[in-house]
Amino acid sequence: MAALIRRYGIGLTGIIIALTVFWLLVLVILPYFDLFESSFRPYLPAVDVGGPLDVYSLANYLTIFEHPSDFNLNFFGFTFPISIAIHLWVFILTILFSVLTTVTSLLLCYPLAYYMAKVISPKRLSTFMLLLVVPMWVSELLRAFAWFILLAFKGPLTVTLQNLGIITDPIHWTWGLGGFSGVVVTLVYVYILFMLFPIYNSMTSLDSNQIEAAEDLGAKSWQTHWRVVVPHCKPGIASGSVTVFMLAVGSLLVPTLLSSPSSRWFTEVIYSRMFDENDWNGGAAYAFILLFICTIFVSLMMRLFKVGLADIAK
Amino acid sequence: MTASVELRGVSMDFDKYRAVDNVDVKINPGEFFSFLGPSGCGKTTILRMVSGFIEPTKGDVLIGDQNMKGIGPNKRPTAMIFQNLALFPLMTVWENIAFGLEVRGVDKATRRAKAEELLDLVELPGVADRYASQLSGGQRQRVAIARALAVEPEVMLLDEPLSALDLKLRQHMRAELRAIQKRTNVTFIYITHDQGEALAMSDRVAVMSRGEIQQIDVPQNIYNTPANGFVASFVGENNKFVGQLTSAKKYKTDVGEFAVTLGQGVTKNSKTRLYVRPEHVALVAKPKAGTNAIPAHVEDVSFEGNFATIHLRDKTGRRLTAELRNDPTHPPPAIGSATHVTFNPEKALVLLDSDATAYAEKE
Repeated sequence: MAALIRRYGIGLTGIIIALTVFWLLVLVILPYFDLFESSFRPYLPAVDVGGPLDVYSLANYLTIFEHPSDFNLNFFGFTFPISIAIHLWVFILTILFSVLTTVTSLLLCYPLAYYMAKVISPKRLSTFMLLLVVPMWVSELLRAFAWFILLAFKGPLTVTLQNLGIITDPIHWTWGLGGFSGVVVTLVYVYILFMLFPIYNSMTSLDSNQIEAAEDLGAKSWQTHWRVVVPHCKPGIASGSVTVFMLAVGSLLVPTLLSSPSSRWFTEVIYSRMFDENDWNGGAAYAFILLFICTIFVSLMMRLFKVGLADIAK
Repeated sequence: MTASVELRGVSMDFDKYRAVDNVDVKINPGEFFSFLGPSGCGKTTILRMVSGFIEPTKGDVLIGDQNMKGIGPNKRPTAMIFQNLALFPLMTVWENIAFGLEVRGVDKATRRAKAEELLDLVELPGVADRYASQLSGGQRQRVAIARALAVEPEVMLLDEPLSALDLKLRQHMRAELRAIQKRTNVTFIYITHDQGEALAMSDRVAVMSRGEIQQIDVPQNIYNTPANGFVASFVGENNKFVGQLTSAKKYKTDVGEFAVTLGQGVTKNSKTRLYVRPEHVALVAKPKAGTNAIPAHVEDVSFEGNFATIHLRDKTGRRLTAELRNDPTHPPPAIGSATHVTFNPEKALVLLDSDATAYAEKE
């Protein structure tokens, strides 16, 4: 503090601190607090707000366990009927397919990052980077729409494959994976660079001699990766995974656009509670459920893979 | 376990640049062999071709009489010690050492035992569970040696592994490396630009320049009978004179005609230079007639204990150096005094100028 004042003078220091406080308090803490507080209060007509009915309770949160409904789980041709609260089921599926999105991005990005960091010549790398980054200049909305068109029932993909004689009948591309194939594919596409760059960064910091040393000592390619490259890149992998997972879970646009008759994302539930039912209290409660459970889930995963928060911030 | 290494007509091109040019060399089993040369002379490229990280553009690499073409580094009986050692920072010392065994599927107890055994061999017991970052430079060096030895290589490849150490430790590790080599009888191929290191440790040395081998010989011969001007100037110090061979044993320079010894391949018309090492020079006030003598005056004397280096200048302004053994009864001449630089004909070598000589002088 004293050092700041010495360096920038009292006026500038005051402005810096005031802006930081404003940002934290007005733009972060207060809105969240307001939402958090309202999530414990019932959704009431305007006249009853502040009245005797307006008491704190967990009712908004507990609705997630209501309205049990029957679903059929399909595993390798076997069908298991289950009965579960509909919102809870949506929530579970959201987490599950976000994990699938994350894992798919990771599997795509790891070899790509390795290629960029250790194989490609620096001269060609810049072209490569440009080709990867240019699509990011297009807005998320347009990129999602591109896939919406591409995967449409009688869209370009279907028509192309039909003309090539590979398929005859049009295919519902978004109906696979229990109705989530379009969502997962598009989420991977939209957020893949958030996975690629952290991994790429961590890989560039790996001394190539380490890879050669492992190889020289007799390690097969997968052993070199498993014992040397992956441990070194763990912080990058963790950072990319957390980012992609959180973005996927919180995405509203992609699941809405690429939906199928049987897909529903938890963010859509939150949206409809807030905007269709006008129940901001209930929507807020669900939003916090999503936030809390995802944070816990991510922490558990980081514990499982022995990554510290500090590693990710690197 | 030990094996010979042979390079047959090996060349290596990088784009348009030829890093190694038609090298032929046979390294014997159990030999300590050094490649010595300035940076960029292709010595590291040779090591990488033997280890299998790169394939030669032309020619063959044989280890133990087996052609290594198409055999990857993980399948060759070699182990490399990298310049920066390349220890795995996320593994403990013993895991580092046992890595080669781990990837071969050896069980953990055996690995651990082997690691401990090797740590004893390199005289570094009790650090098995530490990380490399917790060790000193010399200790890390030993861990790297142990890690390479763990896979029981037939050939050990060392890429200037001592260059990161301070002088004292470096000298100590030289002796250590030599001792380990003798103990294990593994063929050592050592890469260095440090002539002292190469001469002190090796059974034989190959001096390289611009991708070509200039001379392969035992250290004494490299120093005493260099094959050409490049070898003479790269290994040790010299007083150099440009001149012309006038008769069988006479060499004419701008400071007189001297009786000389001819080096390899020197004929009357070849482009040559005369080389006299500072320690082969004597300073005589009144030389006998007919001996090799150059009048010069003493510019500077630096006394170094067991010997003194005398800097002189002849009448053309050329700098000459003499190295005299310390002898209290015959102190070195005073600064500014006039004297003669004299040398025996058998210590005055006329050597061929190779392309490499010109290259070395440009450097």
